[in-house]
Amino acid sequence: MNPAPADGTRTDWNTGRALVRPHVVTGGRGTPSRNTLDHITLITAAREDLTDLGPEQCRLMRVCLGGWLSVAEVAANLRLPTSVTKVLLADLVDSGHITATAPAAPAGIPGEQLLKDVLDGLRALL
Amino acid sequence: MGSALSSDTTATYLRPTVARAAKILITGHFAVGKTTFVRTLSEIEPLQTEEVMTRAGALVDDLTWVAGKTTTTVAIDFGRRTLSDSLVLYLFGTPGQDRFTHLWDGIARGSLGALVLADTRRLADSFSVVERLEAMGLPYAVAINRFDNSPRYSGQELRHALDLLPETPLVACDARDRASSAHAVIALVDHLLHHQPREHV
Ligand SMILES: Nc1nc2c(ncn2[C@@H]2O[C@H](COP(=O)(O)OP(=O)(O)OP(=O)(O)O)[C@@H](O)[C@H]2O)c(=O)[nH]1
Ligand SMILES: [Mg+2]
Repeated sequence: MNPAPADGTRTDWNTGRALVRPHVVTGGRGTPSRNTLDHITLITAAREDLTDLGPEQCRLMRVCLGGWLSVAEVAANLRLPTSVTKVLLADLVDSGHITATAPAAPAGIPGEQLLKDVLDGLRALL
Repeated sequence: MGSALSSDTTATYLRPTVARAAKILITGHFAVGKTTFVRTLSEIEPLQTEEVMTRAGALVDDLTWVAGKTTTTVAIDFGRRTLSDSLVLYLFGTPGQDRFTHLWDGIARGSLGALVLADTRRLADSFSVVERLEAMGLPYAVAINRFDNSPRYSGQELRHALDLLPETPLVACDARDRASSAHAVIALVDHLLHHQPREHV
């Protein structure tokens, strides 16, 4: 567990330096425009040009330029809270910089085929 | 690890053919073996997401809230395992303690179900975990994580103690062992396939 200071800022524990506040990172935008983004939405960069992007968006794009990752992995890599990462991503999806997959279990009710494929994959591990 | 402000290039990317992702929660009370379980099945070194909550326990997803509220971040361990050329499974080790109730709304969204790890030395600590899953309507299976000095009970005694439905899977596992851990997840997914109402697609 990594409790943050009471004012909501985060401190990088390697450098002891306070990172930007979440609402600053996202330019004051609070609600992700795409509520379809969740922890396991798979994303990758769709464009290579980073002009007009803010520093946080550039960091995010650099991670995504290497290939496909889940939103959670990108957030972990950037050491940003998931909620902040989703807001940054939502803008980049809207601007065409990021491609995101549709969720595999959209209604929260997984389809039979998905469950069967998961089962087959797990059995192959044995 | 590089500085937090430079881009880390330590990410292990997915195979480019992977197009679908599934998520399972590995939950249970404090120190029951969640992180160990995730690590055992993960193909990558487990990572951590940070979920922001107010001190009062509400999950902060709408960031307009953050300013002026006292918040805390909770780290959730997760790992992944590529199951085929097109499918990847994510395992999220979600703390089961009551103060993390609000975390679950975000973490549980889009997950197939939950595997509840339980320790027979502290069975009562699992009650609230199971109750919460039932309240959320998230299907689950229970895996008894065996510790060296943990008391052994019969399946019937454990089912009775945890008040499990007859169809809820109850298995034993060793979170340090890959085959044993895979078997526990298989019991859960098999249950999801055969006992849960589903859309027919
Ligand atoms: N004997 C035995 N020890 C285990 C097993 N699983 C985990 N442990 C040990 O139990 C301790 C706690 O395991 P963790 O995986 O950290 O548990 P956790 O649920 O993630 O703990 P918190 O995140 O702190 O709630 C560690 O020392 C593990 O090595 C198991 O199956 N058998
Ligand atoms: Mg843990």
